Amino acid sequence: MNKHEQERNPVLKVRNLRVYYETPKGDVLAVDGIDFNLYEGETLGLVGESGCGKSTAAMGILQLVTPPGRIVDGEVMLEGENLLGLPDKELRAMRWVKLALIPQGAMNSLNPTMKVSDQIADVILAHEKKYDRKRLKPRILELLSLVGLPGRVYELYPHELSGGMKQRVCIAMAIALNPTVIVADESTSALDVVVQRVVAQTMLRVKEALGVSMIMIGHDMGLMAQMVDRIAVMYAGKIVEIAPVKDMFTDPKHPYSELLIDSVPSLKERKPLKITEGITHDPRNPPPGCIFQLRCPFVMDVCRRDAPPMQEVKPDQLVACHLYQVHEDGSYIDVRDVVGNP
Amino acid sequence: MSEMLLEIRNASKVYKQRGVGGVKREVVALQDFNLNIAKKKPSIITIAGESGSGKTTLAQLVLGFTHPTSGQIIFDGQDMATADARQMKAYRHQVQAVFQDPFGVYNPFYRIEHVFNTVINNFKLANKPEARRALVEKALNIVGLHGEDVLRKYPHQLSGGQRQRIMMARAYMISPKLIVADEPVSMVDASLRASILDVMVRLKEDNGISFLYITHDLSTAYQIGDQIYVLYQGTTAEKGSTINVIDQPRHPYVQLLVDSVPVPDPDIKWEGEINLPPEEEMRSSVHSGCRFYPRCPSRMERCLTAQPPLYKIDAIDHEASCYLYDENGVAAATRQP
Repeated sequence: MNKHEQERNPVLKVRNLRVYYETPKGDVLAVDGIDFNLYEGETLGLVGESGCGKSTAAMGILQLVTPPGRIVDGEVMLEGENLLGLPDKELRAMRWVKLALIPQGAMNSLNPTMKVSDQIADVILAHEKKYDRKRLKPRILELLSLVGLPGRVYELYPHELSGGMKQRVCIAMAIALNPTVIVADESTSALDVVVQRVVAQTMLRVKEALGVSMIMIGHDMGLMAQMVDRIAVMYAGKIVEIAPVKDMFTDPKHPYSELLIDSVPSLKERKPLKITEGITHDPRNPPPGCIFQLRCPFVMDVCRRDAPPMQEVKPDQLVACHLYQVHEDGSYIDVRDVVGNP
Repeated sequence: MSEMLLEIRNASKVYKQRGVGGVKREVVALQDFNLNIAKKKPSIITIAGESGSGKTTLAQLVLGFTHPTSGQIIFDGQDMATADARQMKAYRHQVQAVFQDPFGVYNPFYRIEHVFNTVINNFKLANKPEARRALVEKALNIVGLHGEDVLRKYPHQLSGGQRQRIMMARAYMISPKLIVADEPVSMVDASLRASILDVMVRLKEDNGISFLYITHDLSTAYQIGDQIYVLYQGTTAEKGSTINVIDQPRHPYVQLLVDSVPVPDPDIKWEGEINLPPEEEMRSSVHSGCRFYPRCPSRMERCLTAQPPLYKIDAIDHEASCYLYDENGVAAATRQP
């Protein structure tokens, strides 16, 4: 695809993934053809407003889509193997081992009748059946200390833990089998600011120590700036821009990314509020052309006709927008500069 | 007539629980809270704090959903504890609420116009159809919407931002003096948040409506708030003008809180790691002294003796409940206006 790919090793390739939800009035195109790579040791942020399909995309990658949802098309290549179409048995064997999930709202994802130790042991024993039971306790204690939890958590039940601690137990479970890819779905959004910082820093430290690749789903741009290497911005089921985190914050290209970056409230200065209007189209029946046309301040005729392709405007910065015309030599022009748009 | 729109005097709320084996436990949700909103100067007053800090309890007290265990809530000179039915109705007219969840407050079976018809009927705001329409249209225009676009629609046909603005319009139509906004933007998408905050600012400036803005998000408070009260486990840790408190936090908890807000700039990373003490120590382990003692980096012996009062910091109105600042002035919290 591009010249940078030779240097980096993509562990996960997602191609043209489509996940639709069936409704009586037609399919909701929750994820409508997304493409991206996740490189080794990288954290990729997936951002967008609620309902844009970011969680559905994660479920599509993990093969956890449940009816009325279904995966319509696409490829999810994990280390060269396409997860789509794998039989359930093989998928089960890969979960936790190669592909782990830190779910949204860890408070509700632990079994209230099992001790923390038993739940983590369950993960390990399900995949390593002949595991030496004597070594199990030291290993679980090591995992707990890795996520910054005291050893006494071993003997506790989930209701005895705070939200932040439960979230860290989920992180411990996710890293228990040293997976290749971890998907963290809004894993800190239900926490208080201080606890969120503790959990986020735990995730960063664990990621550094283990060198896993991570997909972080969220909507908090501040947190993204702290945590990720690259950001993919989703809007209405499509990725509209992917860029390294610095480029995304200093020079976003897609009008929607610009809007997202501009609307991040600051603690440094009081800015005039930037108001945006518009309503998203019906997800069952997207308009022809660009999906952002109804809210875009720079909408042109071509946007209502043709869907913009993904173009690389700067090294590693890909954007799907007709405002940018990329030349043969890799340089690009911004249509707004030429026409002198209002 | 009173000078003050709302006075909260030493309000405390204690919830009694019966735990395992009949052990009685008391949870102090709010302790000796004081707050004044002047009539002359409408303002947006932020109540910030983590979950369990008592901010929603405060909202419920002000809205009259629950009553203080001790202390008074005085609205326009009238103690709400002794108000009769007629005064309560007048109070509901003056104090309106906007809640967190713009999806849950609508009845999905009714069109948007139902929301407005209900309040017009309840408060007898208008009789003639033209007058009613004009009233609704004016309220919608204030929040940047038009009746023909939204009134005949069902809630599910509108975005979260639009629904929340309609709630603001509904509150405005009753022409209250005070709107209690409990996390009004936390469930609205980031790109649409500004439109809600803007409505709040305009209702304050153009229509003289004060806001009690309850949030855990310091950054939106910083953008629109006048005064801020940061709560920690039911006590006021620090109060003052929003800019002063966030630019120069004094209470160790508020310092930690401001530091922990992720900066939306990849070049500015968090500095240092923090450790949280075990859960059982964090929660009300200190009954007599400062609530923040178990986590405080600069704790002292005397912090265990009694809850520190609010001490004045140099700037006007800026007060922090911490013994680090006791040399700077007299305890201001015990004084009453």
